[in-house]
Amino acid sequence: MASTRPNQLFRNKSAKIAAIPMIVTALFVFVGGTAWTIVYSFTSSGLLPRLKWVGLDQYERLWDTRKWLVSIENLAIYGLSMLVLVFVIGFILAALLDQKIRFENTIRTVILYPYALSFVVTGLVWQWILNPEFGVQNIVRGWGWETFTFDPLYNAEIAIFGILIAGLWQGSGLVMVLMLAGLRGIDQDVWKAARVDGIPAWKTYLFIVIPMMRPVFITTLVLVVTGIVKIYDLIVAQTGGGPGIATEVPAKYVYDMMFQANNLGQGFAASTMMLVTVALVVIPWAFLEFGGSKNRG
Amino acid sequence: MTNSVEIKKLDLHFGAVKVLQDLNLDIGKGEFLVLLGSSGCGKSTLLNCIAGLLDVSGGQIHINGTNVTWAEPSERGIGMVFQSYALYPQMTVEGNLSFGLKNAKLPKAEIESRVKRASEILQIEPLLKRKPAALSGGQRQRVAIGRALVRDVDVFLFDEPLSNLDAKLRADLRVEIKRLHHSLQNTMIYVTHDQIEAMTLADRIAIMRGGQIMQLGSPDEIYGRPVNKYVADFIGSPSMNFLDGRIQGGAFHVGDLSIPLDGYDFAGGSPVDADATIGIRPEHVVTGELVGNAAFQVDVEVSLIEPTGSDTLIDCTVAGNHFRVRMDGQSRVSLGEKLRIGINPSMASLFDAKSELRL
Amino acid sequence: MVETTSHSFTGPHGPKPKKALSRRNIFLYGTLFVVTLYYALPLYIMIVTSLKGMPEIRLGNIFAPPLEVTFEPWVKAWSQACTGLTCDGLSTGFWNSVRITIPSVILSIIIASVNGYALANWKFKGANVFFTILIFGAFIPYQVMLYPIVIMLREIGLYGSLTGLVIVHTVFGMPILTLLFRNYFSSLPEELFKAARVDGAGFWGIYFRIMVPMSLPIFTVAVILQVTGIWNDFLFGVVYTGPDSYPMTVSLNNIVNSTQGVKEYNVNMAATIITGLVPLTIYFVSGKLFVRGIAAGAVKG
Repeated sequence: MASTRPNQLFRNKSAKIAAIPMIVTALFVFVGGTAWTIVYSFTSSGLLPRLKWVGLDQYERLWDTRKWLVSIENLAIYGLSMLVLVFVIGFILAALLDQKIRFENTIRTVILYPYALSFVVTGLVWQWILNPEFGVQNIVRGWGWETFTFDPLYNAEIAIFGILIAGLWQGSGLVMVLMLAGLRGIDQDVWKAARVDGIPAWKTYLFIVIPMMRPVFITTLVLVVTGIVKIYDLIVAQTGGGPGIATEVPAKYVYDMMFQANNLGQGFAASTMMLVTVALVVIPWAFLEFGGSKNRG
Repeated sequence: MTNSVEIKKLDLHFGAVKVLQDLNLDIGKGEFLVLLGSSGCGKSTLLNCIAGLLDVSGGQIHINGTNVTWAEPSERGIGMVFQSYALYPQMTVEGNLSFGLKNAKLPKAEIESRVKRASEILQIEPLLKRKPAALSGGQRQRVAIGRALVRDVDVFLFDEPLSNLDAKLRADLRVEIKRLHHSLQNTMIYVTHDQIEAMTLADRIAIMRGGQIMQLGSPDEIYGRPVNKYVADFIGSPSMNFLDGRIQGGAFHVGDLSIPLDGYDFAGGSPVDADATIGIRPEHVVTGELVGNAAFQVDVEVSLIEPTGSDTLIDCTVAGNHFRVRMDGQSRVSLGEKLRIGINPSMASLFDAKSELRL
Repeated sequence: MVETTSHSFTGPHGPKPKKALSRRNIFLYGTLFVVTLYYALPLYIMIVTSLKGMPEIRLGNIFAPPLEVTFEPWVKAWSQACTGLTCDGLSTGFWNSVRITIPSVILSIIIASVNGYALANWKFKGANVFFTILIFGAFIPYQVMLYPIVIMLREIGLYGSLTGLVIVHTVFGMPILTLLFRNYFSSLPEELFKAARVDGAGFWGIYFRIMVPMSLPIFTVAVILQVTGIWNDFLFGVVYTGPDSYPMTVSLNNIVNSTQGVKEYNVNMAATIITGLVPLTIYFVSGKLFVRGIAAGAVKG
């Protein structure tokens, strides 16, 4: 029996041993891996990583590359449109489903199933539907509107919106489910009070319910944004970045540089830029959520 | 070796927050000690330290003469009963009772006989094959006590065991715990915030506040001679009446009243002149025919009546202070009635105005 | 998390509907009908396309049901479709995905549940620091860590193997699963844990005898979350395995986007459905548990 204070290192030993995988992951993969990539983004690594410093050269070259600029532009267009539309659609669907309707479960199941599918499947289905020869364009022309044109995947100008349609189809169910959970989490008495006060439903949503759902909105926002930045599989499957480089995105740029162009340094610099983008969203959020009151996470 | 549990200079802090400070406590063999205090006073924390469920920051804990400060909970020779019963939901009652014994790798026959004995004592034999979800609250708490019982240990720890039960069951189980203590004669440390439980069960009560023991004594001492104003206020329901004034020339002066202090047992032996507070329990105020024998008498006007059945509580004003009097439930009084009340100083408590300690 | 999601779908809160055929109801159900149709249509198109012959596809429109149902595209997609290198269909990829998913799901859940349990009940100094890093790690774009992991796997000789990919899935599944389990175990009454300690059970005893038997729902949620996530993965599969061990998503993409030969849209759609079949089955069978799984990632506890 221990009568003297045992060595602190060995107290709670099993828990510490059990946590080794977590500690290794956190330190080596997440912290170590990230630091490694950032460090090597300042080198001239090509086929293999090597510590030959070139300062900010990789970043300068990155921002001089048209493919990267197109990638960033696409991410901005896709990201902003996705963000706005996924929230508008998700919230409206959630509000409609929250009207004591029949078949609620069936409708929710149908709206959410695309989220269970992989981006590859999503991309391929929409590649098929948007195929001008057989898909939507062909059908509308078949109805007699001979000049109707809807070929987003073959028109560089609007190709990114073809991706957006697929992205919205896949992801809006998730936002709807989260919003619905948020709506259901609101005290029913709020609705009663609003009705007693004679406030119309749309005003109640806009000025009372949505502000009350702030936490749900913020977490959903973080989820959606990190998802947008990571977008890769959908592009590869649906357009392969084409036509030309019309639908390139940063994540694909990184992959192409690292594993196909044998230009690791560019890949590291580009991925570091992606990290910065995410950090710009996540760090303020973390401060808002956990900065004020500790021990909540 | 007469002490069962000895706590020496115990300290516990979480970061900068001091939860227990320099706490000393000796608990005799077979004693029933109640740790009493309002929430956040550290009573449950102290119990968890004794159980070994919390690592202390300093000091020592000895059980049966062995230093167990850093021993595992199961090695300390204690059994514990929790407020939420904490029965393992996926195991039957029998499984719950035998879980600890199986962990201790006791022989099968021994486990069976211990489970049998404990379930006989607690009259839960018919429940042995049931799962906790199929038991009532009272039955669950019996099983929880049984889990401590089968361990065959000298020290039982109770962490507010009756707080989740309704009032009637609580009273029944309270009696049962007292009976159990009489027959087992082992040491019991019992945490509660309910002073009725404390008064009825305890051999000694430790009143805790801010991680320290304010007063340690028999229920009589705690009730009759509270060491400070906090304890005096905490114990007793309805709570004690306090009047602020001054002791001078062997009498307590408040407003234009003067209460003679003949018969008061001063801590220093003789009266002192000081600013002080006098505390008088509502049940120690006399009315009716008994007033004539009281050392101090005063006329008051009844401003509120609260009948409770067995007693009737009267609100009035004494020297500008709110004052409550407990009368027999049979007494007939009406609002606004003038009433003569009497106070016996020997039953009162005097506290220094500054230190709030008993004079 | 647990509380939030369990009362999430108790009942609608919106204003009460009025008459059955009010203008409001026509608008409401009309909108929902159109929306539901929009979401359901791609699945319908996938199915009908996969059941048509190529001549029929060239003539008709993609919405029309097949005039002549044929399962040949399914057979072809499963065993003969070409990826540009080989022509043995999706079957290889399917079995690779099975061999990747099963050990990854088991390993990641074991590790994360033990982690979550240690964090909830056996907090040691510094534990929360690692946990915070882990949670922040969930937000780091995978691209940042892709190459360092290539090096790590190469160092231990697992680059390009299924085992390596299993480790990668375990690592990247850890943040969300650990959070899930930590929150669940924290929501169990602490006194149960204390009682078990007084009863002499240790770290593993309490985990196996007390915690696991009480946590079947959360293990189910974790399995759903992981099977879907790992089955649907593309990036890790393409980076950390070779052509022999590509998971199904990668094979599918190679089949459909192969530039060689004549495009067989019916075979492509059959292959696409087959790939989506596993997560879809899980989704339709598990129902609310799936919703609880994705909400677990979003609603903090």
